[in-house]
This record gives sequence, C-alpha cells and structure tokens, in this order.
Amino acid sequence: MSDEHDHHDGDADHELRVSKIRDGTVIDHVRGGQALNVLAILGIDGTNGEEVSVGMNVPSNRFARKDIVKVEGRELSQDEVDVLSLIAPDATINIVRNYDVVEKHRVERPGVVEGVLSCPNAGCITTGDEPVISRFSVLEDGVRCSYCETIVRDEIASLIDT
Amino acid sequence: MRHDHLITSKQLSREDIETVLDHASEIDADPSSVAGRHAETLLGLLFFEPSTRTKMSFETAMKRLGGDIVDMGPVDSSSVKKGETLADTVRVIEGYADALVVRHPKQGAATMASEFVDVPLLNAGDGAGHHPTQTMLDLYTIRENAGLDDLTIGIMGDLKYGRTVHSLAYALTNFETQQHFISPESLQLPREVVYDLHQQQDGAGIREHDSLEEILPSLDVLYVTRIQRERFPDENEYQKIAGEYQIDADTLEAASDDLTIMHPLPRVDEIAPEIDETDHAAYFEQAHNGVPVRMALLDLLLSDDKGIRGEADE
Repeated sequence: MSDEHDHHDGDADHELRVSKIRDGTVIDHVRGGQALNVLAILGIDGTNGEEVSVGMNVPSNRFARKDIVKVEGRELSQDEVDVLSLIAPDATINIVRNYDVVEKHRVERPGVVEGVLSCPNAGCITTGDEPVISRFSVLEDGVRCSYCETIVRDEIASLIDT
Repeated sequence: MRHDHLITSKQLSREDIETVLDHASEIDADPSSVAGRHAETLLGLLFFEPSTRTKMSFETAMKRLGGDIVDMGPVDSSSVKKGETLADTVRVIEGYADALVVRHPKQGAATMASEFVDVPLLNAGDGAGHHPTQTMLDLYTIRENAGLDDLTIGIMGDLKYGRTVHSLAYALTNFETQQHFISPESLQLPREVVYDLHQQQDGAGIREHDSLEEILPSLDVLYVTRIQRERFPDENEYQKIAGEYQIDADTLEAASDDLTIMHPLPRVDEIAPEIDETDHAAYFEQAHNGVPVRMALLDLLLSDDKGIRGEADE
C-alpha cells in the first residue's frame, strides 16, 4: 500500500516532509538507504531538471525504516521496474495522474537484466571495448554475468552502469 | 542446416558426450573411415594466447579429415594489434572459414564471439573459464583407462585458474563419479564452480581437500595440473606450496596399482619423470587423444545432419 496516497501506514506525519506529486511515479517501500541507488538505476541525477522528492529512513509499518522516491512527470517502464526489483524487491510502484494513483504494481524479479549492470570481473569479455551489452541472469540471491559467469550477491547497486 | 557451437561442457548432456566419444572411438579404430570427408573445408584458427597442443591437434584433425586451416597467426602481427575487437575479427574470419576455433584471455570471450557468427565456433579456452575440447579428450582418456561410471577421481593443483579443471568437473557430473578436489587453500575451486557443481549433482559427489594423502588410496584417476609460479607473490611461498602437490614414485606407494595419472600438459615438475614409464602414466596418451576427439567434434559439427547436441541450435 502506498503511504503517500492511501495513508494506511498510519505515518501521515512524515508525508509532510515530501510533497505530493501531480503526474509521475511514487516508488514506495524501498529498503532504507537504497533511495539514491533507485535514482541511479533510473538515471536520475537532477541535471536534467527532474522534480524529485526523496524520503530516506522514514518510519514504516512494514519495515522499521523505508525510503520513498517520487518523480514528477515520469512513468516507469517495465524494464526500469525489473531492474529496481534487484535492489528494492519489496517496492511498490504507484503511477499518479492528476494527483490520483491510477496504477499500483509490486515489482517482480525478472529472469534476466540487460545493459544495466557492469560485470565486476576485470577478466570478463564485457569489460573491454567489445560491442556487447551486459547481461545478467537473476538468481534467488544475486545476479550472474551471462558471459564470464561471475556471481554477485552483495552490493548489486554498485554495479549499476551510470 | 544445423550449426552448433561448443562453448562450455555445461551445455552437454551425457548423451551428447557419449555421441562424441563413441565417434572418436570409431575414428581411433579406423581413421580411414573419415579420411577426405571434409575436403575443401577450412577451419579458422584464432589464438589470442599461445598454444601448442590444442592448436596443432586442431590443425592435424582438420587435415586428417581432408580439410585445411587458415590461421590468424600471433596477435602481435594481426589486426588485433591495431585495436580491432574480437567481435569484428570473428565476423571477418567467418567469411573465410567454415568453422572457427577461438582461444582468448578473457572469460566469456567464446560466448560473446558465438553471438556474432553463424558458422560453428569451438571454444579453445577463454581465460579462467572453459576448455571443452580438452574436456572431451580428458573424458575419452578416462573412459579408455578407468571407465566413466563408478569412478573416483582426484583433481589436484591449481583449481582456481585452471579452466581444464572447471570444464572437466562440470562434464563429470553427468556420470556416477566421486570428485575429490585437492589444492592449497589459495587455489581452491572458484565459488561459482562449486555452486554449479552442487546445482548439477546435488553436491553428493563433490569433496574438497588440502592434501592428497588421505584420499590417494581410493582414487581410480588422479588428474594433476600445474601450479603456476605467477600465482604467488613470493618465490619461497611458491616453492613451499608447489612442493606439496608433486607426484613421484614414493608418493605412489600408497596408490592403487590401477591408478591412472593424467595431466593436460605442459608439466613443469608436478609429475616426476620416473612416473612416465610406469603403467600409471596416461598423459602422453591423453595428449595424443586430442586428434581423434577433435576429428570427431569437427566431423559432427561440420556435417549438416549431425551436430553434437540432441536438440536444435541455441
């Protein structure tokens, strides 16, 4: 459930800290501390003038602390949601139009993510100048390079190709 | 027309492996049965790393099938030196040859290269990754000497960087084998490989050891690999560790009389020369098996109606 629009988390107090959006996406129930990685995945760093609100480590009923990200004027694609699932597997995605939540999705882990992560293995063919798009299969507890087969379980966000 | 690639031994089922080994046996018994079968076929050799046995046995195999090779030559005198990508190089040479053999220092190189070509591509080693044609000749040698089922095998030496070890271990999970991995702690199997072996065989047949002593008497086959000097920061440490994983006549007193000793070669001093003349030594036979096994692989991959896999192209 979205704290922002449904008020079911019972923590209306913190919502005053980040404003409602008119049209765009609210990514809720992001694990505490991961909001900046969520923005990195979406390629949002503020230089393009996007209107972004971030709440970090706010109280939540579902987790002790959660992050929440609101992006004005942007609806996430399925590819973007897929990749988000790697670092925010419990996130809910709310698409907002004219201040109303018109769609609400839980993220689902994809089988494969392409072109988003860089392989951390310096000996991998994808780390050179080859015209190849990175490809990782998604394991239960990590991701695996489809080329060199390196498995990454921790700090997947650090592999995000920015 | 079907075209398979041979990238990793993981892609092969027991049936696929037996198809290749059975065909290699036929060729070994009667080389004339396939002589001239691939006349006018050209095999492209792209070796981005040095090779003696693998390259020469591929060349021999292709010529014994009636074909010929086109060789990129050393990297220093090729367009790679000018900065050409592997993806471009294979796409160019695909136009000259009917199949490609690629060895490259980067892991995943053969997987990537195969995505850019339509002719069969054989991985002849990709960094610390895979070396499936070596695996096929290793399996052939094991089958000839000890059989592939009810097998207890020790694999010793550099298990971390040794691609022949990784490929062989995957392939052996198709058979009823106990695999014992013997290495210094710093050169143990990569966790990725252990993960895959457990996925494929429920971990039942996999054990890791730091010493050969406790396990030697139970082994049917001991597969020895070279521990490389450059893996150690200092010479003393290397000498100390490498010395613990060498085989000589004294070591073998505890072994079964039927123990088969294998090595992908080149060796340095992991196996004392005094072993060469014993019935244990199978490493030269193993190297010679590279020809019939590669002839079998090439014949299957280059024939329109065969292939090495039970299913269609990937």
